[in-house]
Amino acid sequence: MWKWFHQLASPPHIYRLAGFWAPWMLALALIGVGVGLYGGLIKAPADYQQGDAFRIIYVHVPSAYLSLLGYVIMAVASVIGLIWRMKLAHAVAVSAAPIGASFTFLALATGSLWGKPMWGTWWEWSDPRMMTELILLFLYLGYMTLHSAIEDRTRADRAGAVLAIVGVVNVVIVHYSVEWWSSLHQGQTVMNEDAVMPASMLTPLLIMIVSFSLFFGAVLFARLRSEVLLRERNARWVKRLVTGDASSLSKGAQHA
Amino acid sequence: MGSDPTDDQHSVVIRAVELRPLTVFAVMLGREWRLALRRLTDAINPLFFFAVVATLFPLAISPQRAVLQTIGPGVVWVAALLAALLPLNALFSQDHGDGTLEQYVLAGQSLVALCIAKTVALWLVAGLPLVLVSALIAQSYAMPVEAMPTLALSLSLGSYTLCALGAVAAALTVGVQRASALIALLVLPMMVPVIIFGTRAVVLASGGEPAAGPLYLLAATATLAAVLTPLAIAAALRISLE
Amino acid sequence: MHEFFAMGGYAFYVWMSFGLTFVVMVANCWLAARRHAATLRQIRRQLDTSDPLGPATVKEVVA
Repeated sequence: MWKWFHQLASPPHIYRLAGFWAPWMLALALIGVGVGLYGGLIKAPADYQQGDAFRIIYVHVPSAYLSLLGYVIMAVASVIGLIWRMKLAHAVAVSAAPIGASFTFLALATGSLWGKPMWGTWWEWSDPRMMTELILLFLYLGYMTLHSAIEDRTRADRAGAVLAIVGVVNVVIVHYSVEWWSSLHQGQTVMNEDAVMPASMLTPLLIMIVSFSLFFGAVLFARLRSEVLLRERNARWVKRLVTGDASSLSKGAQHA
Repeated sequence: MGSDPTDDQHSVVIRAVELRPLTVFAVMLGREWRLALRRLTDAINPLFFFAVVATLFPLAISPQRAVLQTIGPGVVWVAALLAALLPLNALFSQDHGDGTLEQYVLAGQSLVALCIAKTVALWLVAGLPLVLVSALIAQSYAMPVEAMPTLALSLSLGSYTLCALGAVAAALTVGVQRASALIALLVLPMMVPVIIFGTRAVVLASGGEPAAGPLYLLAATATLAAVLTPLAIAAALRISLE
Repeated sequence: MHEFFAMGGYAFYVWMSFGLTFVVMVANCWLAARRHAATLRQIRRQLDTSDPLGPATVKEVVA
């Protein structure tokens, strides 16, 4: 069991594994997005209240989901990296941050584009979800800035990990405090949370969420490969990989 | 350190006298306090900053009494938070520069107690004076006198949370060049709950309503920060010296 | 067909959302690929002592 685990977690193995799976996951994700788009944009009927504007849900909800998933991955990897001093875990955390940040931005942008026709405003201060996403974006940016500000990579990894863990505690408190605050200022939003979605609308959404997650995984693996290489730059397998046969090299670049 | 001295004649066994955490705390607090007294200008600058920022808002918005009363709690709170950010950059940088920080970590004493002392000292030097000045500024914003105790209490609690989180950010950025902007970027998003609860308490108290609810929440966040952040500060300091 | 692109009058908001999503996804792929290429280049330069730029020691700056 332990031997298997160690082999799995060995950098060259992870490098190869990630390189193998990334293109497959990307392909699956693209097929899934295609199916989801067909279902969401063409097959699903317009919402009786929101008309066709509700279709933004098919990119908004998966993005919001990935923004949280990215942070959870980052935080869990940080805990593992700090406790077991595992370089690979730090590499995962560092790889997840920019992807999570990009989807947090996307969740905010699409939420804003959805809010304008529905609420009449690009930005609704009293919506707790928008505020939480915004704070989440700041936390991502803080993590990335801190990591790039520290010269030494090991130090940067571990300092970033502490920040990511502090951020988890914080994001929970921020969420509840903003919810409490917005409840003082106005009644909840247009969205009726209890409304049941018909299957023709829900199925494409689920497909999109799964496909977005696969896409996240593909990019995470691609970035993980770079991070593994950087952390293992003095290892013999990296030297062999970089200087060795040119064919495997160009293949590696394409996968990323 | 704990190895058997007989296996190597030349090894020097250092046995540090391990002080009780409370003693570490007291010694550190005394040291920080004396240092702060020698650098009084450093402690006074944020107060000036606070006053100047608060002066700009009536000029920028309106000197009308009703407007001032509306924006007063928010302005006092935001300006106080910004002013409390100023001394964070220097919290560990000098100790780092002259090697003291290394000695702290290697001393074999309770690093957590030391970090609590650092935070408390920061709060005494940078947090509490802001509370005193805030009373003055609140007066100029026509805040009712009955709201003053709530303002003072909420700012005391809120500034402790800021000092605690700020110490984490300062510890994480030890050795980073020009870290002030980075510290602000790390700390300010985390202050969202504090500013919500704090201003809410002051707004309620200004309207003559009971402000206990938000004050309790503020106390809860301060307690949480006081308990958890010393661990993060200690971890960050250890990392910075690896 | 025209009706489909009109999106019941919400064309701008809907297509803007999907367009932005497309841009973010492409950017993610592109940045990851660029970073991988930069990493390989950097390590190769570090190994190649005859390189006029010398062994690279600076931490990678590409995002």
